[in-house]
Amino acid sequence: MKKHISFLLALALCLSLSGCGTVPPSGTSGSGSSTSSGDTEDSMPTTPGKTPNIPTAQLSDQLTGTLKLGTIGPLTGGAALYGTSVANAASIAVQEINTFSEQFQIELSSQDDEHDAEKSVNAYNVLKDWGAQIIVGSSTSTPCAAVAAEAYADRMFMLTPSASSPDVNKGKDNVFQVCFSDPNMGVAPAHFIAENFPDARISMIYNNADSYSSGVAQAFITETEKLGLDILSITTFPDDNTIDFSVQLSKAMSKGTDLLFLPIYYTPASLIMHQADAMGYDSTIIGVDGMDGILGLKGFDTSLAEGVIMLTPFSASAGDPATVQFVEAYRAKFKEIPSQFAADSYDAVYILYAALSYYAEANGGLDVTNLTYPELCELLIDVFTDSDFSVDGLTGMGMTWNATGEVNKLPSTVVIKNGTYVGI
Amino acid sequence: MLYNLINGISLGSVYAIIALGYTMVYGIAKMLNFAHGDVIMVGGYMAYCASAYMGLPALPAILFSMLVCTLLGIVIERLAYKPLRNATSLAVLITAIGVSYFLQNAALLIWSSTPVFFPKLIDLPSIKLGHITISAASIITIATCVVIMIALSLFTNKTKLGKAMRAVSEDKGAAQLMGIHVNGTISLTFAIGSGLAAVAGVLMLSTSPLLMPTTGSMPGIKAFTAAVFGGIGSIPGAMLGGILLGVIETFSKAYISTALSDAIVFSILIIVLLVKPTGLLGKQVREKV
Amino acid sequence: MKKINAHSLNGFVNYGLVLVFFAVFQTLSSMGMLSNSFSGQLIPICAYIVMALSLNLVVGISGELSLGHAGFMSVGAFTGVIVSTLLQHAAAPTPFRLGLAMVIGAIFAGLAGVMIGIPVLRLQGDYLAIVTLAFGEIIRNVLNCIYLGLDSTGLHFSMRSAAAMGLEEDGITIVNGPMGAVGVEKISTFLAGCLLIVVVLFVIQNMVNSRSGRAISAIRDNRIAAEACGLNITKYKMMAFVTSAAMAGAAGALYALNFSTVIPKKFDFNTSILILVFVVLGGIGNLRGSMLAAAVLTVLPELLRGFEDFRMLVYAVVLILVMVIGNNTQAKALLHRCSGLFRKSHPKEGLDCEQ
Repeated sequence: MKKHISFLLALALCLSLSGCGTVPPSGTSGSGSSTSSGDTEDSMPTTPGKTPNIPTAQLSDQLTGTLKLGTIGPLTGGAALYGTSVANAASIAVQEINTFSEQFQIELSSQDDEHDAEKSVNAYNVLKDWGAQIIVGSSTSTPCAAVAAEAYADRMFMLTPSASSPDVNKGKDNVFQVCFSDPNMGVAPAHFIAENFPDARISMIYNNADSYSSGVAQAFITETEKLGLDILSITTFPDDNTIDFSVQLSKAMSKGTDLLFLPIYYTPASLIMHQADAMGYDSTIIGVDGMDGILGLKGFDTSLAEGVIMLTPFSASAGDPATVQFVEAYRAKFKEIPSQFAADSYDAVYILYAALSYYAEANGGLDVTNLTYPELCELLIDVFTDSDFSVDGLTGMGMTWNATGEVNKLPSTVVIKNGTYVGI
Repeated sequence: MLYNLINGISLGSVYAIIALGYTMVYGIAKMLNFAHGDVIMVGGYMAYCASAYMGLPALPAILFSMLVCTLLGIVIERLAYKPLRNATSLAVLITAIGVSYFLQNAALLIWSSTPVFFPKLIDLPSIKLGHITISAASIITIATCVVIMIALSLFTNKTKLGKAMRAVSEDKGAAQLMGIHVNGTISLTFAIGSGLAAVAGVLMLSTSPLLMPTTGSMPGIKAFTAAVFGGIGSIPGAMLGGILLGVIETFSKAYISTALSDAIVFSILIIVLLVKPTGLLGKQVREKV
Repeated sequence: MKKINAHSLNGFVNYGLVLVFFAVFQTLSSMGMLSNSFSGQLIPICAYIVMALSLNLVVGISGELSLGHAGFMSVGAFTGVIVSTLLQHAAAPTPFRLGLAMVIGAIFAGLAGVMIGIPVLRLQGDYLAIVTLAFGEIIRNVLNCIYLGLDSTGLHFSMRSAAAMGLEEDGITIVNGPMGAVGVEKISTFLAGCLLIVVVLFVIQNMVNSRSGRAISAIRDNRIAAEACGLNITKYKMMAFVTSAAMAGAAGALYALNFSTVIPKKFDFNTSILILVFVVLGGIGNLRGSMLAAAVLTVLPELLRGFEDFRMLVYAVVLILVMVIGNNTQAKALLHRCSGLFRKSHPKEGLDCEQ
């Protein structure tokens, strides 16, 4: 009897749990790790345009065959947010591309790496077994550096949407980035501050256990020294799950800081803004690309982020048609506002499509079906390092790549006014 | 200085309230319930859902969350821990870790990895003392923590059920012989501990309102440390350990290094345990031959 | 002819299993019959097996609960990476570098074990557990602040930032704080992994069956009686603890040199717990069980990839079910009746140290 009762309780609990979830479980990460192939056209949530959303990714009837594309990123664990965004956005881009023509189709498989180097290499090997020809990944820096070493040895082409550490492509000719590298992301705000706030009293808070955050922070420190700017207080926190920032904030406050540089993700940043507000501390906040997403945070009082300045390549509330279409498609399918990770990943798939089309046009046709990954790798390296190859994406116009794999694009500076991004 | 002390106490009271749940379960069932931090996370989500989707005001939302967590505690105890009543403590520890993984991943599937910002359930103005501002949430956390500590102490010392709990904690076999329903008592302990977790979740999220499936894990470990610090199994000890841990953490961040603060906190913990091997208020158990 | 006693027979079976494990997978791998996914996991499996064996020495044989074992692994991992990088510049042959990295990794982890063991082993039970947990976290926290670089003038070290080391232009950063060691040359091999398992098995099995090992078990079973018999409690506990730490250090070096990047965060509380799960699931004190559990549980999350989003949920359920069913007397009896054969090949109470 008791067993029945406990079973009923469990059942009731499950119902109550799922009853108030924001989205049905099946939709949470959608086709996160499933393979979607060419015949999913009927299940498209929105009516797709028959022309590419990214204008430079011209339709090419020279490009034929089926490409097997793999993405890697954390779908579970503390960093699941980033990998899920990458997997979701890639699935949207793939669905769109598959509607362009019957001749060229992409099959997608997204694998989980739990934000861990070992698991990421496992995920890479799983994708290799599946027959992946190109990797979009890994989503986060440390796992990506581990996978990149494998991919370099194997000659597998890698385009990482969001792994920003320079270690990712250092000494590897086959690894390219869609996002800015950390040093570039740290240098730009230093110049921005020197030009616009030359007299500011600057402090910085960053996550010293995270390679993205400390990478940007270190580049920022070096660059401000060159520019002759002083940073009054530099404090750190050890984990993105940190719950208390009172000490860091009061240190900055006691130094009379009026400009707070936060090279961190929007999640801890939202807490910092909340706790600064509770302390009655008001300062101009400057963030970098990790800060994007703060306005989409459910339940966040956006007035706390009023006046925040961000140097970011993507903002979900931008008005250009490509971004609008992407944000609509993403919201329709995943009930969420896409982050810059999603935008980078969406761009990554389109960039690959553009690169393959570019090659096909220039060489009178390309059938990808039977190309091995080393063949594709050499072909794509040539295209990416070709100075004529450039792509307009959601995260930047006229993106080009140098031989080290870093992208050349300009971050746009936006400021949050009345709960939306406004360009400066 | 004073400001840091207040910050430390308000952070410490969050640890303390979580540590109360740990110490309660440990004191009676003699198991380290590593899933406690994740029950806190579920409690947070429940309160969030109640207020955001059902539109309940603060108090009913917290009560709803407590109710669900209490049920969850009972279910977990029945399905995962009860079959292991006679197994080694390590086996139970691993099961608790399994439950922790389960709750985290179930939450990931239900609520997705995207964090939500916890609504202001408690919306009172901050208090200003000179140039120092103390948020209302901190004061409520400290007050609730004291109230719960006193209530729990009274409950375990004065009521019949509480006495039964202490009897079970002293000697299961003898308690059973005295006519105490051992299984029921342990289930009750879990129910209370999980209900407390819901309160802890809501209070923690009032000061640090970022809610995601991994929210509970780090504070869970810190609170566990706090419980051991104060002497695990002792209710006032958990309170004291939590507050002290918060103060030490804040001070080491403020005066030594933010990067090494965790290392300093844990070093102090070790030193304290070397001087007092069963924690600050822990019972010294005499060895019998 | 000398009679082989049961102890050594049991030991030989363990060596044999490792040999078979190596032979089978090496053959399959060289014949190209192994998937990339599986062959990529062989070296991590070896490292985890060594971790599980070494923790078993503390948890199973010495009877102390340790929750910070990954800390020793990280000491070994970073020492190993540094040694390997330095030797790389001295142009030493690869197997020699790997061997020396593991040995020096083991020595440093052993030293850390001594430093931690002296205060820690005075405590007991859950308090000892929390202190080991604290040490694991301290090691991770400190490693997050260490920057080490190499240039033509020698080694540079800083606790602040990579730039503060003042490296010359041609200098390389070996350990870069939270970003860990990057650009590590992968030199670990499956053969080295299996050799390490054999060495570790050899050490543990001989230790367990020696006078010291019996003293350690005696202390576990009844500390007071052992003390009354004149055994030096601290000495024997230290012996087990430090040996275990050193072996974890060697495993750490093997693990780190199999990936091109390794960060301090990898060796956190969760990894310590994972190793503990291997030991408990394999049967406390049961070496063969530890090896089996480490191998199976490392592969399991990969095999569960078919469950897609539900993967880690299924993993958690499997973990709970194994613990619940494994400790259920009825289920155990049923299992024993159904699978007499299986029981013989993997006896639960197989190892003598449990007797």
